[in-house]
Order: sequence, then structure tokens, then C-alpha cells
Amino acid sequence: MIELRNVTKEYGKRKALHDINLRFETGKIYGILGPNGSGKSTMMKMAAGLVFPSKGEIMINGRLVDRHIARDVAYLSSEGMLYPSLTVEQMIQFFASQYEDFSMNKAEELLEFMSLERHQKTAKLSKGQQGRLKLLLVLSREAPVLLLDEPFLGLDPMVRDTIVKGLVSFIDFGKQTVIITTHEITEIEPVLEEAIILDEGRVHARCHVEALREEEGLSVLQWLKSNY
Amino acid sequence: MTEEFQTSKPIYRQIADRIIQQFVRGEISPGEKLPSVREMAIQSGVNPNTIQRTYGELERMGVVETKRGQGTFMTEQIEMKRQLRTEIQREMIEMFIQNMRGIGVEDREITEAVEQALMGKGRAEND
Repeated sequence: MIELRNVTKEYGKRKALHDINLRFETGKIYGILGPNGSGKSTMMKMAAGLVFPSKGEIMINGRLVDRHIARDVAYLSSEGMLYPSLTVEQMIQFFASQYEDFSMNKAEELLEFMSLERHQKTAKLSKGQQGRLKLLLVLSREAPVLLLDEPFLGLDPMVRDTIVKGLVSFIDFGKQTVIITTHEITEIEPVLEEAIILDEGRVHARCHVEALREEEGLSVLQWLKSNY
Repeated sequence: MTEEFQTSKPIYRQIADRIIQQFVRGEISPGEKLPSVREMAIQSGVNPNTIQRTYGELERMGVVETKRGQGTFMTEQIEMKRQLRTEIQREMIEMFIQNMRGIGVEDREITEAVEQALMGKGRAEND
């Protein structure tokens, strides 16, 4: 379980997050939506132990988040993450050397699933291949928490589709807690259980994806639009 | 591509409807084993919990049967297939009537138009 208690983050005078209280239950998949600058990435970095709250606290499975949380949290960042001079295989080996929960079996399966060439330099990969490699690295970990920050950014619809299928195939449902931030809600919606809208650093709204259809006849995208 | 879902209905229900339609059309045979929850989730690009609900719903309806340790199977009861077809038929007719009335066609005209269409008249205009 991930819990944010009265979390505020200030960068100088600007408040990136404003007194956030959220709870993410074990084994569920959450989507975080919201415009650029709404605080999505800040929240993810905080849960990953890379950025610290100005006020409040974040707990993961009863532990206060600090930089050692990387042991329990697999984090896909929207920027960086890949070393250009390494090959796909070396990138996998590097991750395997850093994380005890890294499964080489899963990595091999994912390599095939994502149609990646192991001897290719990451610098030579297309954007779509880079996106797939990043996901491979994160999904190969058997960590209790997966944080995916904009996994679809800049990817074409076919690649997004592969990624959605990859998520369904390789997430350990019921065990891994997954949080995904995205602008591409339509593709990911059938995989999510709950969606949360952030706006200007605050929780603007929250819903159960299936209940939304059942009770209001709305998709998350329509709901998102009706909330602005 | 993963399929698109309508917004007006829960996804678990739409997948259940699809399975029922495939059964009625004969694309799934009576007694046939359905994909596992996980396989079906991957095929449809949805959360496995959704498929769990789909199968649960179909089981409650008596359309599928879950055998312990073996998986989920389509019912072998032909009567069920007939019943489902009647239901789908009724839904389609209701929808059709609503649409016709919606564009201002009188009930009498609807019957005539359907009869004519069935007799093959008016086909030339449409083809």
C-alpha cells in the first residue's frame, strides 16, 4: 500500500503539490491524469524516493519513503533512464546488477515480446523501441510497486497497443501496485481500476473506471472533460 | 489492436455480450473451453479483474461453467443457446423499432417496409 499524508512540495515559492492525501491499495492499478504541470511527475518522483516532500510523508508498505525505497519500487521515468553507449543487453545486465528482484527470465520473455534486438546500442533505438526497452526494464522487476511515468510519451498507436498488452501480460495482478501517469487515457483505460485527476497540485477528482461506466455511462476521457 | 469499448456500458459486460454473441453465432461451440482469465485479458487488453467479473457474470447466467482446476467452459445446453438467441433478437428488434420511430416512421410503415425487404423488394434501391 502507498499512502501520501498531507504531502506538500514547494519549489521556491511555487507549490507543485498541495496537501495531498491519497491511498493506493496493494494489487490495484491506478491512472493519474492531469495537464502538464499538475504535479503528476513530482508525485511519482516522491513515491520513488527521488524527491522529498516539503511537508507531510509518504509511506510504502508501512515504510517511510527514502532513497532506499528503490529496492521495493520499480520506476519508469519519462526522461533519461537509458545509457546511450550501452546495448540493450548491457542495459538489462546493468539493471540486473542493481536490483535483487530483477528476473532474467522475465527479461528474456519481454525481449521477445517487445521485439527488441539485444545487440543494438540504445542510442540507435527508435523512440518506440526505447519506450519498449524502458518498460522491459521495469516489468522485469518483481517489485511490489511499479511507477510508470508517461510510458506512452511520444509513441505511436501501434506501440502503445503493444505496451498495453505488455502490461496485462507481465504485471503480477493482485500483488503489484501500479501507478501510471498518462495523457493517453483511451489506450490504458481498460486496464485501470481507478483514475485520479490532479490539477494544479491538488486532487481534483477520483473515480472507479467500471463504476463510472455503470453509473454514469462515461468513459474516463469523457469524465475528465466534464471535470474541466 | 486491442478493441475499442463503448462508454455507455461497463467493459466486463461488453466482453460478456461478445462471448454470448459468438456462442449464438456458432463461433464458440457448446462445451468449448474458454481462454483463461489471463489469456482473455491479454487478448482484450483489459485488466484481468474485468475478465474475472465477465466470467462470474456468465456463470451466474448459466452460460458458462467453471470446472475446478480445469478452467471455464461454454455451457453444453442447447436450450440456453436458443434462449440467448431469443434475447438478442428481442434487443435488436427493440433497437430497430426505436430507431425507426426516431426518424418518424409509423408502425404500420415499419411492418410494410420489413415485409417488403424480406420479400426482396426495395433491394435494388439499396444495393
